[in-house]
Amino acid sequence: MNEGLSVLAIIIGIAHSGIRLATPYLYASIGETFAQRSGVLNLGVEGIMLMGAFSGFYVVFITGSPWLGLLAAALVGMVMGLAMAFVSVTLHAQQGISGIGLYMFGLGTSSLLFKTLIGSVEGVNGFSEINFCLASVGINSDFCLNQIPVIGQIFFRHSLLVYSAFILVPVAWWVLNKTTWGLRVRAVGQNPQAADTLGVSVARVRYVTVSLGGLLAGIAGASLSISLLNIFQEGMTNGLGFIAVALVYFGSWTPVGVLIGALLFSLINALQLWVQVLNLNIPSDVAVMLPYLLTIIALAFPFRRALQPAALTKPFERGEN
Amino acid sequence: MQMKRLSFDRIFIALLPLISVVAALLVGAVILLLLDVNPLEAYEAMFVGAFGSKNGLADTLVKATPLLLVGLGIVIAFRASVINIGAEGQLIMGALIVTFLGVQLGETMPGWIVIIICLLAGTMMGGVWGAIPGFLKARLGVNEILSTIMMNQIAIQIGFFLLRGPMIDPAEIEAGTNIPHSARLPKPTDLPRFTDMAKWFGFTESAKDLELTGFSKEIYGLLVEPTRLHSGFLIAIAVAILVYIFLWRTTIGYRIRAVGLNPHASRYAGINVPNYVVMSLTLSGAFAGLAGAVEILGLHHRMFEPLAVSAGYGFSGIVTALFGKLHPLGAIPASILFGGLLVGGDKMQRAMQVPQVLVLTILGLVVLFVVSSEGWSQRRARRRVSTTDADSEGEAA
Repeated sequence: MNEGLSVLAIIIGIAHSGIRLATPYLYASIGETFAQRSGVLNLGVEGIMLMGAFSGFYVVFITGSPWLGLLAAALVGMVMGLAMAFVSVTLHAQQGISGIGLYMFGLGTSSLLFKTLIGSVEGVNGFSEINFCLASVGINSDFCLNQIPVIGQIFFRHSLLVYSAFILVPVAWWVLNKTTWGLRVRAVGQNPQAADTLGVSVARVRYVTVSLGGLLAGIAGASLSISLLNIFQEGMTNGLGFIAVALVYFGSWTPVGVLIGALLFSLINALQLWVQVLNLNIPSDVAVMLPYLLTIIALAFPFRRALQPAALTKPFERGEN
Repeated sequence: MQMKRLSFDRIFIALLPLISVVAALLVGAVILLLLDVNPLEAYEAMFVGAFGSKNGLADTLVKATPLLLVGLGIVIAFRASVINIGAEGQLIMGALIVTFLGVQLGETMPGWIVIIICLLAGTMMGGVWGAIPGFLKARLGVNEILSTIMMNQIAIQIGFFLLRGPMIDPAEIEAGTNIPHSARLPKPTDLPRFTDMAKWFGFTESAKDLELTGFSKEIYGLLVEPTRLHSGFLIAIAVAILVYIFLWRTTIGYRIRAVGLNPHASRYAGINVPNYVVMSLTLSGAFAGLAGAVEILGLHHRMFEPLAVSAGYGFSGIVTALFGKLHPLGAIPASILFGGLLVGGDKMQRAMQVPQVLVLTILGLVVLFVVSSEGWSQRRARRRVSTTDADSEGEAA
């Protein structure tokens, strides 16, 4: 009996942390989806996330307001996205390498600012769990949704940033597939010459998507530092931003595919954390390795190549093809 | 008139990497000002720390060694239009196999044989770690940027796994501290240091004995007196010359460059493009693996935390290659410059309390500026060509 309960508790724990941990992937990968659908590979996501994580954390540390922190992270992310857009769209820099430059800049600068402005590991009060209590909508009852067995424990114990990450998926799908602007994004990424002939400004569309990608990457970083963990450490994203870029390939450049990939990865991560917690006889290093191995295997599925935006990583010049 | 303009353009384009570094240092100066630090003093501390004394110079060249080796691998990959971000992992894998072989074989045969075996094994292991993403790209179309990044993480975890288990220093288990590092490689496997080599040639007097002063004293001290400088630096220089000969004087090297410049034309010319993609990534990884071997044999003499051994060389090696304009010989001064920057950053941290990570910010900016200015100048060149075409067409009409 006792054992059965603990198995259920473990399953609940894994599912709960799986959903939590999908948050940063979702923000960063959805943002990167927009950038890549318009033809720009922004490999600097990891660096933007670190800067977002730090600026969000610092503002909350100073002001105490999670909302101001979120705003700061989004702004910093957007500015870095703009920089990436300027470098890759206007100056035609090679995208893979300039992304690495942006990563190094973000890693160095966030660490530098952390060391000079804060210096030691501190905690903050970021976004807290939403309770979903009936009392808060005016019904006179003590009941809260998180009291529902299993379901409530898995789904109704998260902070706002977690829920909005999941809401972002259908929104992104709708924007990409059902709006004129989404059509322009796809056209610019698939056939910029044709889009240009039809009067779509390739540069403007790419500027907007890459900045949006930066903004969301900033929020992705903040989701770690002011919601999930409520601390900042140097290099705390630890490769998450690179996986987020890979998830876009994994998800075949669609928001729903990205969602599936993000959940798969976060569940594996959660599983790996629980393997360590439960002290099972599996070396934790092997468990940590799993997501990366899986990414490589997933990228090897051949049908993905056909789905890649045709103009990805190619700078656009009018009159060339 | 046009000739003059062209040559001015050429000079400007040749100087772009240098201009990029200066621009990055200027941005760094702004950051220092915001941190309330006098940038001139900070940069002076950096420069003097890296180049002003025999120990500073020795450390600079010690750091230049892996930078140059990794950078040479990056040069080959980038020349073939393949982006290798996986040098960190390739270096770690090289270092791991060298540590394993060094500890196992060290006492059983003469040191110089073990050194040669280790150098070859490290090179091959790095090559394997580069060949995997190469095959994945050539056969299955897997984006090599992403796969090499993932391979880095896998190498780091393999490193931790081995160092916590099979390869841990027995002394750590005995002491119960269990710090994940290997045993020290036997002394005879140490790469000879410059001071050892000076003794072979009969230089034993110190700079003091010879009454040298000023900078010549430091240079003499660097070459003869005991410092950390080891013969790995000479290996790296030799490899740079070999890579130059390989890329510009052999058919295979020519084909690698052709594939990078225009894969379609290369295919028409009968070059098996996928094979050359695999080859360039394999070679790229091999040099990173060699860097790992040299780091273990020449400097650390034991393996510890993987990321502390690779020390970001996989990324700063990219900066080295870019600054050297993707030329193997250009990578030599580039590696010394950035080796100096890394050492100088450390000295600056001690002298001025400015965190050393500022160097990473500057390196990132150098990358951004170099690739931006390259992209921009290529675009300008293309535009000029197309306008001259239009002009001549107009004249013909």
